[in-house]
Amino acid sequence: MSTPETTTDTAAPAEEAAGHGDLTVGVQGASGTGEATASATRITPGNALRPEDIALAVSRGTAKPSEDAAELALRLGDDALILAQRLGHWISRAPELEEDIALGNIALDQLGHARSFLSYAGGLDGRSEDDLAYFRREHEFRSVSLFEQPNGDFAVTIARQFVVSYYQFELYRRLADSTDATLAGIAAKAVKEVDYHRDHSAQWVLRLAHGTDESRARMIHGFQVIWPYVEELFRDDELTGRLSAAGVAVQPSSLRADFDRLTGEVLAEAELEVPQVQPAPGGGRRGLHSEHLGYVLAEMQVLAREFPGASW
Amino acid sequence: MTTPEPHAGNVWPIWEVFVRSSRGLSHVHAGSLHAPDAAMALRNARDLYTRRNEGVSIWVVPADAIASSDPDAKGAFFESPQGKDYRHATYYTKSEGVKHL
Repeated sequence: MSTPETTTDTAAPAEEAAGHGDLTVGVQGASGTGEATASATRITPGNALRPEDIALAVSRGTAKPSEDAAELALRLGDDALILAQRLGHWISRAPELEEDIALGNIALDQLGHARSFLSYAGGLDGRSEDDLAYFRREHEFRSVSLFEQPNGDFAVTIARQFVVSYYQFELYRRLADSTDATLAGIAAKAVKEVDYHRDHSAQWVLRLAHGTDESRARMIHGFQVIWPYVEELFRDDELTGRLSAAGVAVQPSSLRADFDRLTGEVLAEAELEVPQVQPAPGGGRRGLHSEHLGYVLAEMQVLAREFPGASW
Repeated sequence: MTTPEPHAGNVWPIWEVFVRSSRGLSHVHAGSLHAPDAAMALRNARDLYTRRNEGVSIWVVPADAIASSDPDAKGAFFESPQGKDYRHATYYTKSEGVKHL
């Protein structure tokens, strides 16, 4: 196939043009995407790995996950997807307009990670990100319990986000060195976003803990509610053992020391104790979920299931 | 769970936001926002005003720290330069033989 024309000529045969369905032509168009040609004043979306790029690579066959890599992508994609759905509920409900947008941004970051991971996971058997998000049943989801926990009040949401972002940062930081180039690429993009999520939640932990008596009590309550779900994040199993041996991903248990140290520093500054709680049983990686996930899925999936193929 | 009614002591102050885009231009006023303190104002500004890749640098300034001209003081304050076209380069004719002007 010849190089697609970047200038459209009406006289050019249609088959020589890039075509309407070409995902490589992003919002910036096919040319002038480099820094050197950038306008001084025109704002562009910038260059970064997009979920569409993953889907394109999968459809072209240039990115094909192993069975184990696809299962890992499904796990991480489901974590991010369920959290995005949870966080999206805050839109129009946050304590302040500014915080409403901050949580919405974090939700969209998570949704972007979910789309990339699920697009890649679907490369195993040809399913799309939408097939995986909207047409799987509860027991087919692989997210762990933490991500489906209810938003609670603002402090519970911050406690959940604090745990998630410190976990995801350590996870993606290492996954960026994966022998699987697609997973490494997704993680390298995601880790920068998750780094900001860490900062956002840590700022709020400090402010709620050092705020009023009520905000401090709510922050303590938030961590009490969330902490039972921490342990499951760091559980190894047969899959993670094989992935670790293959250099695709490290064992979850190896993230724990850094997670404990870094969250411990923030909690110490906030003068909060690490909650001493019994771990929840978990089981999300095997499709065993708490009572909450079914409701999350019902709301998330109803439109796509009632009107298959709907677009707007 | 009930949310307490906001009252005067419970309202975050307003901050003015200035964003510099990536090509060495000056900071430009982008808008304003509420935040409890400067650190959160910077973060809120990042979330509100740079989410479409608009900038690489942000200033936030407490709105009440900005002194502004009186919007009604048009005549004495702003109309004096009118008609003084000798303050514009286009008023002057180019001298002969001067290149690159």
